[in-house]
Amino acid sequence: MNKIFKITLLLLSITLILSCCGQKAVPTADKPLAGTTLKVYNWGEYIDEDVISMFEDETGIKVIYDTFETNEDMYTKLKAAGNNSYDVCIPSDYMIKKMLDEDMLAELDFANIPNYKYIDEKYKKQVFDPEDKYSVPYMWGTVGLAINTDLVKDEITSWNVLWDEKYEKQILGIDSERDAIGLTLKYLGYSLNSKDENELNEAKNALISQKKNILAYVGDQVKDKMLNEEAAIAILWSGDGIVLEQTDQKFKYIIPEEGSNYWIDSAVILKNCQNKAGAEAFINFLCRPDIALKNVEYICYSTPHTEAYNMLSDDMKNNSAAYPPDEIIAKCEIFENLSDVEIMQKYSKIWLDVLSQ
Amino acid sequence: MKKNKSFCAYPYYVWMITFIVIPLLLVLWYALFKSENDSIVFTTEYIKRFFEPIYIQVFLRSIVLAVISTAICLVIGYPLAYILAGKTFKHKNMLMFLVIVPMWMNFLLRTYAWLTILEKNGILNQILRFLNLPTQNILYTNYAVILGMVYNYLPFMVLPLYTVLSKMDINLINAAEDLGANKLTVFKKVVFPLSLPGVVSGITMTFMPAVTTFVISKLLGGGQTTLIGDLIENQFKVANDWNFGSALSLILMVIILLSMRVMTKYEQENEGGGLF
Amino acid sequence: MKKSIYRLYTFLVYFFLYAPIIVLIVYSFNESSSRGKWGGFSLKWYAELFDNPTIMTSLKNTLLIALLSAVIATIIGTLAAIGIHKLKPFTKNFVMDITYLPVLNPDIVTGISLMLLFVFLSIPLGFVSLLLSHITFNIPYVILNVMPKLKQLNPNTYEAALDLGASPIYAYSKVILPEIAPGILTGFLFALTLSIDDFVVSFFTTGPGVSTLSITIYSMTRKGIKPEINALSALMFITVLILLFIVNYRSENSKKENIDEQNI
Repeated sequence: MNKIFKITLLLLSITLILSCCGQKAVPTADKPLAGTTLKVYNWGEYIDEDVISMFEDETGIKVIYDTFETNEDMYTKLKAAGNNSYDVCIPSDYMIKKMLDEDMLAELDFANIPNYKYIDEKYKKQVFDPEDKYSVPYMWGTVGLAINTDLVKDEITSWNVLWDEKYEKQILGIDSERDAIGLTLKYLGYSLNSKDENELNEAKNALISQKKNILAYVGDQVKDKMLNEEAAIAILWSGDGIVLEQTDQKFKYIIPEEGSNYWIDSAVILKNCQNKAGAEAFINFLCRPDIALKNVEYICYSTPHTEAYNMLSDDMKNNSAAYPPDEIIAKCEIFENLSDVEIMQKYSKIWLDVLSQ
Repeated sequence: MKKNKSFCAYPYYVWMITFIVIPLLLVLWYALFKSENDSIVFTTEYIKRFFEPIYIQVFLRSIVLAVISTAICLVIGYPLAYILAGKTFKHKNMLMFLVIVPMWMNFLLRTYAWLTILEKNGILNQILRFLNLPTQNILYTNYAVILGMVYNYLPFMVLPLYTVLSKMDINLINAAEDLGANKLTVFKKVVFPLSLPGVVSGITMTFMPAVTTFVISKLLGGGQTTLIGDLIENQFKVANDWNFGSALSLILMVIILLSMRVMTKYEQENEGGGLF
Repeated sequence: MKKSIYRLYTFLVYFFLYAPIIVLIVYSFNESSSRGKWGGFSLKWYAELFDNPTIMTSLKNTLLIALLSAVIATIIGTLAAIGIHKLKPFTKNFVMDITYLPVLNPDIVTGISLMLLFVFLSIPLGFVSLLLSHITFNIPYVILNVMPKLKQLNPNTYEAALDLGASPIYAYSKVILPEIAPGILTGFLFALTLSIDDFVVSFFTTGPGVSTLSITIYSMTRKGIKPEINALSALMFITVLILLFIVNYRSENSKKENIDEQNI
């Protein structure tokens, strides 16, 4: 007993010492924010992790970096975390609007974000932040289909392939309520922001009849599974599709002709941020041309940054999956915040109904 | 002097009230009250919502899957406990110990490893293909979820069964045999009735976690097997509907605690007249 | 014949229990980072494990929380058991019923109820909330392990010590504590294990920037397990296995010694 007690005490003190031995940096003239911490909340696999340590080295700010998988995940986590939540977040369009409506965001001081000038005007003044006061675009992209051409010989141009009996249990669905329902609405020829009862029911039935083709509804694992040839077709975000294309020639990313979702993820600062100067420095850092380039080359989504775009290889610039021609973008829609509790519950119920069939 | 000692428990009472009682009252609060136009009103709306067909369906599925896995655990676990408690092996304790050891490895990782085994191009199918046998696609079906549950909770079934069986008085069995009972009768009339307390606690220990899990269904069900646990998790992590989530938790808790009561009652009653 | 069927059956069940673990350990030596393919034998994930800050911090958090929560729970729980033991039957049953709640309640209910509490008290979700939750679900196991030992105590020995002039505290530490020590120790080990293994409660009560191994692994299962985790779990598994074998071996030896002594 005594011995075990001693060993425990020893272990305890070792761990305590280990946890305290991180050295604290002190502010200096060129690193005024050194020693502070900054909590960043971003999508999984959505940054070149070297960028974080570069930022830490350059500013002396310690970054606590966490990731989320869907906008809804992020939102509920922020709500539960209360005052001690994150400083910088990178949500998508409709979620930014929702957070703005609920007064969760802080106004940005653009004097501290001079690199904002590199962001292409095309991506500013969007519906979710019409006056450009709260958000700085980070990446944009679309939702589409990744096709393994070894397994799929047909030329695919439409969402209707998802209902093709040939591909029973060969399709990976997307594990996100809003995307799954939205894309089906689009396939049926409706707006992906539909609030119409009949249209939504039609989408629900379509999703249910699609289920026999679905192997699983997945999130970030989609690349892993496609590479292992677990499925022939997957619904995914453009960046993942392009990564697949670059890993193996046999993969192709397409945006179906009915149109799809076009989205912008932007960096925002939360209202209860505890290190606003650090947060703005971080956003500014993300907008620095070399850093923006590093990130976009690493994650393969589409950059709203003019300089980073110019520095990309010609192959990438001309990649129609990453930078589709304007007429395709014109067919795509941005998600709007549903903002009505009843409609949101309707969406949740449809999704649950689909999943539990 | 004796009175003095009850002071010892005071820190615990404070802890108990703060971290056990109040949190459960909060669940009750969220499940039964809602704020409406700045005032707080009593409502049964969230409890009622549970009785909509779609949620009942989810609930029934959880029960069915848990019952099936518990039954399989019993069918696999009883013979194992019986063999381990018998004379087949010398190092019984060591073997029993090996049943528990896997639980020391993170259960998420162990469950995830089944993915590698069961995938379309996973280890199992590679072996089957090598043997020219038809490949199996059980991943992302209810079967995979049941397999995950059986795998995770089998030790919970074996442990109590082994404890009861290994403590059984061998003389009773000998006596029955001497009186002319054959093996089957001995098992039916002596061994099994005596091991019932173990069976009951094994069933409880397997069924309870199986019915409330949300991780196994998420990992092995491919998002297509929604269980009551998934539903609760979803209310707090995605839908952000704490009221409904609390209502679901409340219902789940009441059902579990009630069935535990019944189970333990049964166990206590059986202790006295265990022979029959 | 019967014996060999028994042996075969046992072997099959053990194979079922250990198959995933073997897969994990084998894949920790896989050169390729992709799950499906075998790229040759390599130790590189073991080397990279120690350079992976995410895994190392969560390992540190896991151990720290497990040790702290087990120690605190053991202290509070042991004191509580001593106090509860002295209560009148009615109050005792009432207190024990509440104590059983976290044991019987589904983990998910414990997790969300604690989360609601922390939000209600505006305790920020993070290390502190995680530690408080772990202590909460650990205490009952300590109490449940110490109580039976207290029941077995002979109250006369304590009285005798007092009659012989020992101060209550002295009598307590010399007479009662050694008697209930095995219960305290089992309770402590129980608490330690439960805390290291917990996922569900931690999942609901952790906050920004604080994650335990279970939580890190969970988020990895959503986007593909890193082979470093396989390496870590192989290491942890082997460590635990060796430790448990030593403990088991020693206890079996001491049992034998006891029997020998009794024979003499």
